[in-house]
Amino acid sequence: MTENTKPSSLASVAAGNANRTPGKHAMGTGLEARSIHAWFGKNHVLADVSLDFAAGTVTALIGPSGCGKSTFIRTLNRMHEFIPTAAMAGEVLLDGRDIYASGVDVTKIRLKIGMVFQKPNPFPSMTIGENVLSGLKLAQLKRSNKEELMEECLVRAGLWNEVKDRLDAHGGSLSGGQQQRLCIARSLAVNPQVLLMDEPCSALDPGSTLRIEETIRELSETMTIIIVTHNMQQAARISDYTAFFLADGHPGMMIETGPTSEIFSNPKDERTENYVTGRFG
Amino acid sequence: MTLAEAKQINAPTPRVITTKPRTSDKIFRAVIFTGALSSLVILAAIAIFLGLRGFEILAREGLSFITGYEWYSSVNSDGTASEDPSVYGIGAMLIGTIVTALIAVSIGVPISIAAALYLNFYAPISIRGFLVGVIDLMAAFPSILFGLWGFNVLMPSGEYWAKLLHKYLGWIPLFDVSTPFFSRSPFIAGLVLAIMIIPIVTSIAREVFSQTPLDRIQAAYALGATKWSMIRAVVLPFGYSGVVGGAMLGLGRAMGETVAVFTVLNIIFQANFQILLGAGGNVASLIILKFGEASAEEIKALMAAGLMLFLLTLLVNMLADLLVNRTVKQGR
Amino acid sequence: MIMSATTLNYPKPQKPWKPKQKDLIPTYIGILAVLVGTWALVEFTGFAGKLGAFASVIICTTIVSSFLAGRSRGRQAAKNAAVASIITALTLLAIFPVISILGTVLVRGTKGLYVGFFTTDMGLASVNDPLNVGGILHAIIGTFIMIVIATLISVPLGISTAIYLTEIRGPGSRLIRFLVQAMSGVPSIVAGLFIYSSIISGSGRGFNGLWGALALSILMLPTVARTAEEVLLLIAQDLREAGLALGATQWRTVAMVVVPAAKSGLITAMILGIARIAGETAPLLFTTGGGDVTNLNPTDGVMGSIPYAIWKALISGSAESNARAWASILVLLVLVMILFFSARRLGKARR
Repeated sequence: MTENTKPSSLASVAAGNANRTPGKHAMGTGLEARSIHAWFGKNHVLADVSLDFAAGTVTALIGPSGCGKSTFIRTLNRMHEFIPTAAMAGEVLLDGRDIYASGVDVTKIRLKIGMVFQKPNPFPSMTIGENVLSGLKLAQLKRSNKEELMEECLVRAGLWNEVKDRLDAHGGSLSGGQQQRLCIARSLAVNPQVLLMDEPCSALDPGSTLRIEETIRELSETMTIIIVTHNMQQAARISDYTAFFLADGHPGMMIETGPTSEIFSNPKDERTENYVTGRFG
Repeated sequence: MTLAEAKQINAPTPRVITTKPRTSDKIFRAVIFTGALSSLVILAAIAIFLGLRGFEILAREGLSFITGYEWYSSVNSDGTASEDPSVYGIGAMLIGTIVTALIAVSIGVPISIAAALYLNFYAPISIRGFLVGVIDLMAAFPSILFGLWGFNVLMPSGEYWAKLLHKYLGWIPLFDVSTPFFSRSPFIAGLVLAIMIIPIVTSIAREVFSQTPLDRIQAAYALGATKWSMIRAVVLPFGYSGVVGGAMLGLGRAMGETVAVFTVLNIIFQANFQILLGAGGNVASLIILKFGEASAEEIKALMAAGLMLFLLTLLVNMLADLLVNRTVKQGR
Repeated sequence: MIMSATTLNYPKPQKPWKPKQKDLIPTYIGILAVLVGTWALVEFTGFAGKLGAFASVIICTTIVSSFLAGRSRGRQAAKNAAVASIITALTLLAIFPVISILGTVLVRGTKGLYVGFFTTDMGLASVNDPLNVGGILHAIIGTFIMIVIATLISVPLGISTAIYLTEIRGPGSRLIRFLVQAMSGVPSIVAGLFIYSSIISGSGRGFNGLWGALALSILMLPTVARTAEEVLLLIAQDLREAGLALGATQWRTVAMVVVPAAKSGLITAMILGIARIAGETAPLLFTTGGGDVTNLNPTDGVMGSIPYAIWKALISGSAESNARAWASILVLLVLVMILFFSARRLGKARR
């Protein structure tokens, strides 16, 4: 990164991403959402969203609050259906196969498509070490090298150095940023192809946020990441592609998508431009 | 300015603000306070009066009031006296109280926990409200209804199950019987008590489970857990102490229950650990049984017995409330 | 470019996670297997009677559902299915007694009812007399009088306690809240025994309805206080601040703003308290004497009540007295259910 005497504009920050190649070691062929609609009862909250997430890329979903970004991301790992009045239409293809097809085992899907939530939520009844491995325990997956796996996940989450001497401490004894990295490590333990992140840094301080953003960059070498964020600077810093959502009294829709550098420097739609230049939202 | 300079400035001390309440408010507070003290007064009065009246017997018998097994009043209700001295010991009945209450809890609590889990996590939304209402309605049923129903309806089936238990598991001393008399046993009393405490314990367990933080539940699902794995990993650890508190409240209720037990238990004055055998008693039914024809002295003994029951249930309930409040507040 | 919804062909809302018909074929086969298995178990082993059939259904369902789930989705799913069927079975066990009780009361109770049941008392009849002689008029009146007195005592005290805990929040609040909870666990027999030991025993005073009402108040007070406290806590703080900001004293704010706002909830608290004591028997056994004749004076002479009348009939043990007990309990249950549903209706109306 070059030193600037002027504050970086979003475009120039995003430009730094333009030449980033997708992770070479990413598993699978990516995730594709086709014509996704979502309802809560009669309330049509998301309309006709189609997005393609290539393997090994980081995609940011931006837009003002209430435009359906969180609902959309929850249709990607079939958490949307937990709400009793929820309904949807469309397809979500993982490696070419629809995860909503009949006969699909939902719990297996969630092992392949993981999720990190806005508020860090480690399991308080478990130690740090047990938290990392809790995904294995819940799904009863057998691994012969649990210790190594735990260390590897904590290293990838950027937490190993801070907790390696206190793996037996309580899950809740860490700071907010550390807890969130613990949750990331926990999701990594079951080896997902795709990691969904729903505003993972919005409850954290700027220092922790930057640490996690570094982690995200590193993780994208081996998996596909989709991150919902309110913070446009964050989107500019870490993502390869950006999708802009908007609900203007209508059901939420995906207005524009493209490489991050283009969205921020040269958006095609007027509404996108208004949003990224701060005229509203 | 620098930090050192800032420290040197003398910040003014905060002002002391006082309010003089108006007279009408003073009267209001006094009246309300007196009303609120009623609980303290009543509880203390119960302990004092029962203790005063029963004191003579307690002093005389000492610890053997609790541990002694004999209950014999030398003075009969018609005033005649017999040669043998009176002896008052509620030990056998105390054991009966604890045995029937434990049977009730061991049958009722697992069912209650299952029902609470079902209502919170398995029941279809359309029938959830209805089922909750049914269970709450059961909590409102008077205990004499359980006594009547238990005696007329449950007992025949209860005897049949007792015989089955004896047939297949009779080699366990608990299920053995010295004489094949299965009617009106602690087992049946425990069964009736279990049915009585299910609504209470289910209600508390339901409240506790519903306080489980939603984001933790979602985190477990997002990791690919099945419903049962999620319950084991998140809900049960969270609600553990609250459910234990609920179980203790059920225990307290079962210990103090009078009428329902009286109708379905064959009251014989002996400690009975063979729960399928129709003999036993508990402190509450002892009091009812003896009260009608008791002499003045025996009444004092009954007061003392009542005091013991009061203290026992008080202890159990206080512990229970402590545990339940700890969990319910945790969730918020 | 904004398109209007009518020009677009949006699909209808669907729930693709709901099982489709062809997914359910294993389930139908499973149900068949359960029926066959149950029949087999009942026929060929010692499982007999209602309990046997129920247990067989549960065992078969657990095994079959667990097997089906395990076959398609592995061990965790098998465990999950087995647990689900066990939990459902236990819940049915929890619900069954209510149905049995309601059914039995309805069937057996209606046999003993006749018009005179509500208009005569037991002054000239014994519990063993045929069912068309004597009734529970005295009991109904007695219960009514004692409920009224108990309400007059415990509702003011209970609401005062609640107001102290929520509005004044003075010293000792924690202790008082704790004591109220402890008091709700006092066994009903102890309440009766206490009144007996403090007022009746050794004083030459006889049994009467007032002492019974006092014993009932001890049981009613904690219910009223706890429900009232919950209800007052629900009143938003802004309401109180609005009253104080207008210059009202605290007592005026409470009396004219908070309590009227909580009115329906406080009535619910009262109804729940009444429901709690309407069926209590044990306290009355030590305090009221269980009269057989209609007595309108609570301070003079023994007084009957519905629970005591049931008790007398129950203890007597003959077929007629048993039938009488069922009829009386039908009346009591109807009363309790009216109270219960009124409280629920009021509770829902609040929201």
